[in-house]
Amino acid sequence: MKQAVNEMKLRFPSKSCNEAFARGAVSAFIMHLDPTVNELSDLKTAVSEAVTNCIVHGYRRQSGMIFLDGKIFDDGRVLLKIRDKGCGIEDVAQAMQPLFTTAADEERAGLGFAVMQSFCDKVRVKSAPGKGTTVTLEKRLGADDGA
Amino acid sequence: MVETDYTNHILTAYIRGEIDHDSAARIRVEVDGAAQSLRPRLLRLDFGGVSFMDSSGIGLVMGRCRQMQLLGGTVRVVNYSDNLRRIFVLSGLEGLGVLA
Repeated sequence: MKQAVNEMKLRFPSKSCNEAFARGAVSAFIMHLDPTVNELSDLKTAVSEAVTNCIVHGYRRQSGMIFLDGKIFDDGRVLLKIRDKGCGIEDVAQAMQPLFTTAADEERAGLGFAVMQSFCDKVRVKSAPGKGTTVTLEKRLGADDGA
Repeated sequence: MVETDYTNHILTAYIRGEIDHDSAARIRVEVDGAAQSLRPRLLRLDFGGVSFMDSSGIGLVMGRCRQMQLLGGTVRVVNYSDNLRRIFVLSGLEGLGVLA
């Protein structure tokens, strides 16, 4: 396992305004890697989806803490772990199906995981009902040819 | 966050800033309020001023499509950047003729 060259830990309450805070913080964290516009947008979007999931689904609009751990490795890999201690997911495979949503009346498109998977190299989801969910996003910066 | 213009039965909503789950709720209220009182034939959602969007933007567009269907009109999404297009593509909205 490679040693991280930089890391950070954030914890913040499950308030909607913290969706913007979380992606802004991640954007600042990776800025020195000189990401392309697309790479930056990909990671911000994926983080926004993961944090929104914690707020809308994990805590079901109750208050709780969200934990965001970031690591940067010397090969340009960025690892972001977004964790809640909310209700957890009964069926992770079903939750990751595009267009599946349990919040259609709130106009959730059911595309959160599809966006994360499309914009990151790897997405791992670990969840236990009643205990919470951890989403790990991995993306290597510098692999993009800038197109 | 939203400015509207109504000309020749066309309601244009100029959306500015970032669209996420937080802001989408407020944008939705403003656009629906204008659409319900003006009952336009066409609702144009102008994304020219949108600097960031996650899948909440897709929910916002799909919800407005349903809303306009009830009001007997249609929706067009215009002026979106390349970055936003990559998110719209995931949604299948392209096949519905909603994207300009």
